[in-house]
Amino acid sequence: MLAPSPTRPEAVAVRDLHKHFGALEVLRGISLSAREGEVVAILGSSGSGKSTLLRCINLLEVPEAGEVVVGDEAILWRARSRGRVPADAAQVDRIRSRVGMVFQSFNLWSHRTVLENVIEAPVHVQRRPRAACVAEAEALLAKVGIADKRDHYPAHLSGGQQQRAAIARALAMHPRVLLFDEPTSALDPERVAEVLRVMRALAEEGRTMLVVTHEMAFARDVAHRVVFLHEGRIEEDGPPDAVFGAPRSERFRQFLARGG
Amino acid sequence: MIDLDFLAATVRALLAGVPVTLGLTAGSVACGGALAALAAFGRLAGGPVPDGLARLYVFVFRGTPLLVQIFLIYYGLGQFRPSLQAMGLWGFFREPYWCALLALSLNTGAYTAEILRGGILAVPHGALVAGRACGMPRLLLFRRVMLPLAARQALPAYGNEVISVVKATSLASTITLLEITGIAQKLIAQSFRALEVFLCAGAFYLAVTFVVIGLVRAAEAWLAPDLRPRPAVAPRAA
Repeated sequence: MLAPSPTRPEAVAVRDLHKHFGALEVLRGISLSAREGEVVAILGSSGSGKSTLLRCINLLEVPEAGEVVVGDEAILWRARSRGRVPADAAQVDRIRSRVGMVFQSFNLWSHRTVLENVIEAPVHVQRRPRAACVAEAEALLAKVGIADKRDHYPAHLSGGQQQRAAIARALAMHPRVLLFDEPTSALDPERVAEVLRVMRALAEEGRTMLVVTHEMAFARDVAHRVVFLHEGRIEEDGPPDAVFGAPRSERFRQFLARGG
Repeated sequence: MIDLDFLAATVRALLAGVPVTLGLTAGSVACGGALAALAAFGRLAGGPVPDGLARLYVFVFRGTPLLVQIFLIYYGLGQFRPSLQAMGLWGFFREPYWCALLALSLNTGAYTAEILRGGILAVPHGALVAGRACGMPRLLLFRRVMLPLAARQALPAYGNEVISVVKATSLASTITLLEITGIAQKLIAQSFRALEVFLCAGAFYLAVTFVVIGLVRAAEAWLAPDLRPRPAVAPRAA
């Protein structure tokens, strides 16, 4: 797909991000940004830190060092005796409400219907009028192809339908950036396509997306940029043609040889 | 043989104890519930001191017989009458009803605290992460995601606990309170007809329990709509 113009502003950026769990260093200085409308595929074998990177962007994980910027707002930090914490909980909530996230395991709220899942945060976090949220949610459910499931509970849906409902839930917040954390890894092969189709449509309408995935075809065909993570560092970063066509990193060649 | 006139008189007499039994149950379930919420919060979110206090509370009141707790509060605290009078609390501890209510509340609170804690720990992690990820502040996340999911996890066990309380109120008869069991014992002392009287008393407890089970079922159906059969046709297909 045609990449957005390099003059577009950055929608999201991280700079020199470090994160460790105990003695395990998961991120060792990651810098990455996405311009508005850019689709970045993040590849890497398990344990490479790609999910952690995504979870640092909306502060589900707190990176020990480095900057996180969403739109024009950088996360403020406060030093603690051990490490640091975000200085302002309201800022974290505000930034999270601007960053939509889609999880590997869907994480729908099982006690609410599909429609209720979609309107929950717009009504209660953004405090938008309920009727408008319902109308918008119905349009979003139609867009992801599950309008007829609006009154079903998540337990009554297939995995692919649940993931599409989760995408509608993320879109309902009007996010500036969408984060996808291995959105198709928990799905049957035949359900993967229906979710990828929805994601491709989102990319085509110019949404900013960071997609952690093992779907090589999606990375090659839909992403504007492909990033390969290995042991907490970025080993490859470039347009899919360049990265897949002439990988510079030996690790990435091995990764491709193993089939992703 | 069973004497129907005597049976009718027994039913009438025991009926007078029903409000006492119901009052003790409702009061201790309400007060115990509030205590349990505090204790569960202390265990899960309160730091080492509230956690330790909550653990001690649960340990003591779950680990000793309710009868001992009732005796300690009613008879035991009676020894401190002058101090209690000085504190203005004697009016409370003088009454067997309030002592029974206090003991039952403390006791059920300890059990309910563990039921609540279990319910909260059983909330799927992903549901909470999803709430945080869309910017829910802590209180909203608690109210809209954690509480409803925890409540439906905890409800079956909580229903058991309420039924236990209904039956445990019978121990209040040991400190002279005339609830259903207390009246039954009095009737037996007068008539020596244990079978009829205790059958009637048992039937009253069954009736109360029956109502409690119905309430718990209704609450379960309300809290867990997704466990009902799925709609055959979506009511408003777009």
